[in-house]
Amino acid sequence: MDRNEWPLWEVFIRSRSGLDHKHCGSLHAPDARMALQNARDIYTRRMEGVSIWVVRSDQIHASDPEAKPEMFDPAEDKIYRHPTFYKLPPEVDHM
Amino acid sequence: MSRAAANRAKPDPHIEYLLRLADSPLILGQRLSEWCGHAPVLEEDLALANTALDLIGQARLLLTHAGAQEGAGRDEDQLAFLRSEREFRSCTLVELPNGDFARTVLRNFLFSAYQLPLWEGLLASRDAQLAAIAAKSLKEARYHLRHAADWVVRLGAGTEESHRRMHAALDYLWPFTAELFAGDAVEEAAAAAGVGVTGSSLQTRWEATVLPVLQEAGLSAPARTPFLSQGKLGVHSEHMGHLLAEMQTMQRAYPGARW
Repeated sequence: MDRNEWPLWEVFIRSRSGLDHKHCGSLHAPDARMALQNARDIYTRRMEGVSIWVVRSDQIHASDPEAKPEMFDPAEDKIYRHPTFYKLPPEVDHM
Repeated sequence: MSRAAANRAKPDPHIEYLLRLADSPLILGQRLSEWCGHAPVLEEDLALANTALDLIGQARLLLTHAGAQEGAGRDEDQLAFLRSEREFRSCTLVELPNGDFARTVLRNFLFSAYQLPLWEGLLASRDAQLAAIAAKSLKEARYHLRHAADWVVRLGAGTEESHRRMHAALDYLWPFTAELFAGDAVEEAAAAAGVGVTGSSLQTRWEATVLPVLQEAGLSAPARTPFLSQGKLGVHSEHMGHLLAEMQTMQRAYPGARW
């Protein structure tokens, strides 16, 4: 580890009413333990959360922005992939 | 003599005890606030400010309660901003200058390790309001302790430089911890009334918290000396006047000013 620069961590918080952890920002910390404490101090000061995940930013693999056309555009005209063309039986209302 | 003046002339041990509980977090909160914008990293800046605000919050509740018990019409602001140096009952440990980051986190560690058994003991206080304040403050002290202990180990067992600084901080602060456990008539009376706990009853728990962390950090506690600071009796160090001058300047310049 570079002694002068703490690595970057991504922070995910689950809110009181939420079911999933949502990305809310990033911070610097030397290790996971302190990343969690820092996340507590930075991102949950106003009762935003009841659970925190942190992950080293360099452990996240991101899709290439340049590849956007072939990655995402083909889905554009596949409207039949949305489940809006099926008539739901009344028993499964509000799916 | 008015009732207010009479109340103020004869210190009630219950109120005196509440002021001791209130003033230490108030003064440490003020000290920690000095770090705002100056901490080594942004994340730590927020952590120290959070701790400072927790402590000031504890002080506000306790001062409000002390003022109500006193019945002389003094509120939290008057007690915090309009008392003179000799009227403050904070222990000397909390008024000492921050020094470097090592000394700052070590003091937070030593103080939160003291507050932990203190608040635990006060959960059973016959003063229901005090017991409620203790319940709220206990959770805060637990986090302060966790955060500070983490740093004590990191720095103590860190580099040669961080170890040297942490050891210097320990040598500097350690003698002032004796005061935390020095009992007197006020604490005895509060304990006898079922309102408070004596400082001396907290020492074993404090050492059980502090000593293992120091050991893990590769630090050894200095030997005890007869030195005993007297902040909680109102006899403060030369640093207190400067701290109060800064803390009280707004209320002194604009009496009664409100946000």
